[in-house]
Amino acid sequence: MSMELIKPGINLDFVGKIKYAVAFSAILILIGIGSIIFHGGLTPGIDFAGGSIIQVKFSKNISADQIRTALKSTKLESSIIQQFGVNEFLIRTSESFSDQKMLAANVEQPLTTAFNKDYEIRRVEVVGSKVGADFKRKAVIAVILSWLAMLIYVGWRFEFRYALGGIIALVHDVAITIGAVSIMNMEFTINILAALIFIIGFSINDTIVVLDRIRENVKLNPKKKLNDIINISINQTLSRTILTSLTVFLTVLALYLFGGAVIRDLAFSILVGVVIGTYSSVYIACTIVLLFENLKLSKMKGKK
Amino acid sequence: MFKSLKIRISITVIVCLAALYFLIPTFISDITSPWNQFLPKEKIHLGLDLQGGMHLVLEIDTDKALEAMMERTSNDLKESLMESKVRFRNVEKAKGATISLELTDAAGKTALEKVLKDSYPDLEIASSTPRDSGQFVTLKINDKRAVDLKKLTVEHSLETIRNRVDQFGVTEPEIIPEGDNRILIQLPGIKDPERAKNLIGKTALLEFKIVDEGNSLDEALRGNIPEGSIIAYGTREDKSSGQKGRVPYLLKNKTLLTGASLETAKVQISDRFGEPHVSIKFNAQGAADFDRITNENVRKRLAIVLDGVVHSAPVIQERISGGQAQITGNFTMDESRDLAIVLRAGALPAPVNILEERTVGPSLGSDSIRQGIMATIIGTILVVLFMIFYYRFSGAVADLAVIINIFLILAVLAIFHATLTLPGIAGMLLTVGVAVDANILIFERIREELRTGKTIRLALDTGYNRAFITIIDTHITGIVAAVFLIIFGTGPIKGFAVTTIIGLSASLFTAIFVTRVIFDYVTWNFNIKKLSI
Repeated sequence: MSMELIKPGINLDFVGKIKYAVAFSAILILIGIGSIIFHGGLTPGIDFAGGSIIQVKFSKNISADQIRTALKSTKLESSIIQQFGVNEFLIRTSESFSDQKMLAANVEQPLTTAFNKDYEIRRVEVVGSKVGADFKRKAVIAVILSWLAMLIYVGWRFEFRYALGGIIALVHDVAITIGAVSIMNMEFTINILAALIFIIGFSINDTIVVLDRIRENVKLNPKKKLNDIINISINQTLSRTILTSLTVFLTVLALYLFGGAVIRDLAFSILVGVVIGTYSSVYIACTIVLLFENLKLSKMKGKK
Repeated sequence: MFKSLKIRISITVIVCLAALYFLIPTFISDITSPWNQFLPKEKIHLGLDLQGGMHLVLEIDTDKALEAMMERTSNDLKESLMESKVRFRNVEKAKGATISLELTDAAGKTALEKVLKDSYPDLEIASSTPRDSGQFVTLKINDKRAVDLKKLTVEHSLETIRNRVDQFGVTEPEIIPEGDNRILIQLPGIKDPERAKNLIGKTALLEFKIVDEGNSLDEALRGNIPEGSIIAYGTREDKSSGQKGRVPYLLKNKTLLTGASLETAKVQISDRFGEPHVSIKFNAQGAADFDRITNENVRKRLAIVLDGVVHSAPVIQERISGGQAQITGNFTMDESRDLAIVLRAGALPAPVNILEERTVGPSLGSDSIRQGIMATIIGTILVVLFMIFYYRFSGAVADLAVIINIFLILAVLAIFHATLTLPGIAGMLLTVGVAVDANILIFERIREELRTGKTIRLALDTGYNRAFITIIDTHITGIVAAVFLIIFGTGPIKGFAVTTIIGLSASLFTAIFVTRVIFDYVTWNFNIKKLSI
């Protein structure tokens, strides 16, 4: 007897619960937008805003306040200091330290005065504001082009109404993931951009599987109502939708827990994206397909 | 596709062995001869985020190079106009890369045009307006030539920076032009990033100028700078208090000699104080010029100016014929060594700005490798266990395919000298999760077919065939998205896209082809009543 997560004959009424799903998604998106407004916009990382990050590791217990005190009356006085692991901190400032002597004068000297040599500068990243603005533009283009590419591909392989459903689901996933990033008060870094693009490429997969089955079932039962066909198709593919997401979830979870602080933001965003993407493949994508169909039907009725 | 099982098994085995072959240098570091001559040389190249090092993006200020050129040209033009007896006044470099001058009589413009045509083919008249009895003229470089000059400036800068980095002694540096006027520099394993940055970014324009002793320095400091002179500063350290101060000098504007006339530069330790200084030797032309200059200016002071800072201004005691000179000025050993390098490599034709800098220390790099490998192993084990738990024997087949996939990704990275970064490791791990999805799609379909009562062989056939096109779809979408990340991403994050693309492509082979070979082998050779799936 083989393992079965979902019993073969399952017949849950997904289509009947669509309005709850729409409400649920709307609430999630609104919470995300609320958080972004509350935080005064997304916090862009230095890749997009320009600025400097200095990662310092101490060989003894140090608090962020001690570092702040040490950096008093330097150019880093108003920098953001955040814990980044055990005795490890990120010092972040909007200033771009392109000048060679700035780092020595504003970080090394004050830290050495306060903590002797009990620290190590492990990473320095400096991005000029011009480059930052450039990256910002490229990030937006990358996300939009990814959506468009998916729209075109799915539209070509299936039908336009299917593709539209898939793409709206992807926009939905990206919106909720960005909301989650804001709620966690994380910086929007280039890692998160990579996560979003991964989500776009991955989340469409489940949608394709469902759409593929819908198309197959439409061919097999041309007389059946689309509502029923969609419901049957979702049920038939439910186990693989969940299983395929589960395996990816497991790997991202490992990445989140063991991959280290440098890529934790990437792992976090993909974790959120995979869960939301699975849900949206079932609900959002199919909702839009149905919506389109009903729109078409009512138009036809109107003509008669 | 290939019907013959034997051929398919051979393909699988050959691909696996080839992958392992290309990975030998990565996994086994010391292979003694004579064996190593049969093996590939290339290890997997680790990104700077994993091995530590510095990533710099420089912008070459090509406009400044044009302006400097126009500054020199304006001086030459003055002389040419005098020689040609054109009446003019106020030739000077104006805003941007232009020269402005006033022609004082009506025939001036034709005469100027002739001078330009004969001696300055790069210049053209941008505008001319009548003024008094003559004309006010603005000159500019013609557009095509300006583009060429900018290009040349970038090439020259690239060359100079390459020279400097080579002499500094970095293993496997990467110096690549990016866009119109940017240079990407990757320096693995740099210990002192500040020093490296200083060495690369220094313009290192060495100039020799005569100190203007005919005019009053105090008067000049009050704002009355005499025509043809400039104020420059040097630093002086008070030996007793250790305090540094600025010392002003009034210099003749005309540069008599530059670092371009150097043959070589090296560090020497002075006999008296044991302080390092840089000793320079001029090339033949430079030595002759230096001989003439010192001869003409005996008893005057000669200022040695580096990037606008006066390093010393010794009195010329007598004519110097050997073509040798020294640059002194409170250098540490490292500073004088670096100065010698930049002087040997030559000056940058234009100032550079650092647009982007990312430095990762070696300890963070090795932490990242450790954590990345740890996450990959744990994540892979989770997926492997889940697949065996859920699909039993079939799950194990999919697991084998996924493990082959990991080796294929690494082998392709090694073969194409691609760089493995921390996000790259993350991409590899995610690919593990996505690659088994193809098998899940196949297996679920097979289960469905089996439930309808089909035979194992038929269920396998239908399962693979039906799932095939869906798997192609899902892989293509993943690859397309990753391509956008390569196009628009930067630095280590591109590694994420690279491993994802390789992994997804490899998964088409491992998850579809390899697993099918195993299933066919098992079902054709053993009389299986029930498929463990």
